[in-house]
Amino acid sequence: MNPFVLWFHKIGSPPTFYRIAGAFVPWLFGIAIALGAVALYGGLVVAPRDYQQGDAYRIIFVHVPCAWMGLFAYGFMALNAFIALVWRIKLSEILAMASAPIGAAFTFITLVTGSLWGKPMWGTWWTWDARLTSELVLLFLYLGVIGLYHAIEDRRQAARAASFLALIGIVNVPIVHFSVNWWNTLHQAQTVRLLGPSKISGDMLWPLLTMTLATHIWFFASLLARSRVGLLELEGGKDWAREVALADVPGNKMARARG
Amino acid sequence: MFPETKWRAHVADFFAMGGYGAYLWPSYAVFVVVLAIDALATSLRRRRVLTELRGKLKRREAREMTP
Repeated sequence: MNPFVLWFHKIGSPPTFYRIAGAFVPWLFGIAIALGAVALYGGLVVAPRDYQQGDAYRIIFVHVPCAWMGLFAYGFMALNAFIALVWRIKLSEILAMASAPIGAAFTFITLVTGSLWGKPMWGTWWTWDARLTSELVLLFLYLGVIGLYHAIEDRRQAARAASFLALIGIVNVPIVHFSVNWWNTLHQAQTVRLLGPSKISGDMLWPLLTMTLATHIWFFASLLARSRVGLLELEGGKDWAREVALADVPGNKMARARG
Repeated sequence: MFPETKWRAHVADFFAMGGYGAYLWPSYAVFVVVLAIDALATSLRRRRVLTELRGKLKRREAREMTP
């Protein structure tokens, strides 16, 4: 085997992944919270008032990063679902299933903050236009994946069935993204672009990008934490899981630090 | 104006958010609370899984001890 494949197998083995992920999780959560706090300060205090929307536009600093994360998490879930279905890698099943609730959380935040933004700007909490409806479909897809995963007794069979659903649902991702261009909607068009100039001033842009980075790091922190628990549950009968369970006795701080 | 009242007016102004405070603060609250639940749910589940695992091990040990 070439060294890369060997490395991949080593990282992908549950006990190794459990140990390495455990070292990363607190740091990732810490960095995400610190960056998020900086971004909140930038968005709420430093960024100037919008000439059209007044202070209401400041919802953008939580709404847009969460909307991006909803799509990013779906892409990540679908990629791992594909790997899980084709190569039957256990870790990919776990990663795909762990990203579903995080993606659902971000999509839920997007819908609620969007509604709270829509009321003062459009005069309505909700409208069945393309962007809003496809975003709601995204939430239902996440809930469908989570529901299907928990409806089947055998964990690995459940993961494969839910992965299949996740793969089918990927068609909705470009629909969400391009809905503001393809249909006439109440939702405003894209303000920030990866290619070409953004239609936003610099002191509004940096808090938005900082929050985007913070939510990405949060996603991976939560993903690793959830995957660790998923692996423990799946491999409960194996020696390494037994060792973790016996080392991690509540009240035994030394053991917990090692685990 | 005393500096303290000035400061208080400044804070009140910040929380009013130009009249949009009623929409703005709930959005930020939802963002923080939902993500906090995301992290908390995982740590609770981790604790539950470990407790179950220890219980299973203890039961197996008890079974092996009895002839």
